[in-house]
Amino acid sequence: MIWQLDLFLLILVVICAVATITVKDLLSATIIFSAYSFLMCLLWAEMGAVDVAFTEATVGAGVSTIFFIAAIFRTTRRSKD
Amino acid sequence: MRISVQEARDRIPHHDIILETTVRLMVPFIQLYGLYVIVHGHYSPGGGFQGGVILGASVILFALAFGLPASQEYLSEGTNILMANAGALIFTGIAVLCALLGGMFLDYSALVKILPIDPISWRSHGIFLVEVGVGMGVMMIMISIYWDMASAGHLDEGLHMASASQTDKVL
Repeated sequence: MIWQLDLFLLILVVICAVATITVKDLLSATIIFSAYSFLMCLLWAEMGAVDVAFTEATVGAGVSTIFFIAAIFRTTRRSKD
Repeated sequence: MRISVQEARDRIPHHDIILETTVRLMVPFIQLYGLYVIVHGHYSPGGGFQGGVILGASVILFALAFGLPASQEYLSEGTNILMANAGALIFTGIAVLCALLGGMFLDYSALVKILPIDPISWRSHGIFLVEVGVGMGVMMIMISIYWDMASAGHLDEGLHMASASQTDKVL
């Protein structure tokens, strides 16, 4: 574990999390959420939980992004609130 | 030049040769990697769930590039339902079989009574059998979720048609 790398990744995770809930465009929110999942995957792998990192990469960054985009195709693109 | 989202969606061609060739080349390698993750799961990171998701993602990629009807020719809905249930049955079946043969639930060493090899190596191979079941179930359920979400439950059209019908509603 390198604490500088941990801190850097955690700051990026927090930025991505805040950006996901603030941005108005739903497709942008999905892509930023995918980046959040990938950063979490890097963080798990860096902490030594390789199995969790693998799951996060396949499910979080891979399949769930496609599911979100498939759901967005059935809605209007910008949120109303 | 700025164009609206609808115009951009209308410009997406239904058959893109670069996209289709890339996907046709990538899908076999993704599936091979998924099988490797399942089979090698008890020696390295990975296992039934992750390998199943990778296998499911390969078919989802196929459906994204070629459309939902083409992916249903590749893997029919009946096969999908059959293999999803077979996967769940393999997992619970082996677990209950262990319990019936005198061990605990999912205690693979009890399977010695079926095939007399070393109980320790039965534990390794039992995990492999269970992970094959998990992989089949997860792969088919992921594909099924994508089919239902992309076609709003009708299983007749993919995301290309979804964008076209939304344009009709706007006009």
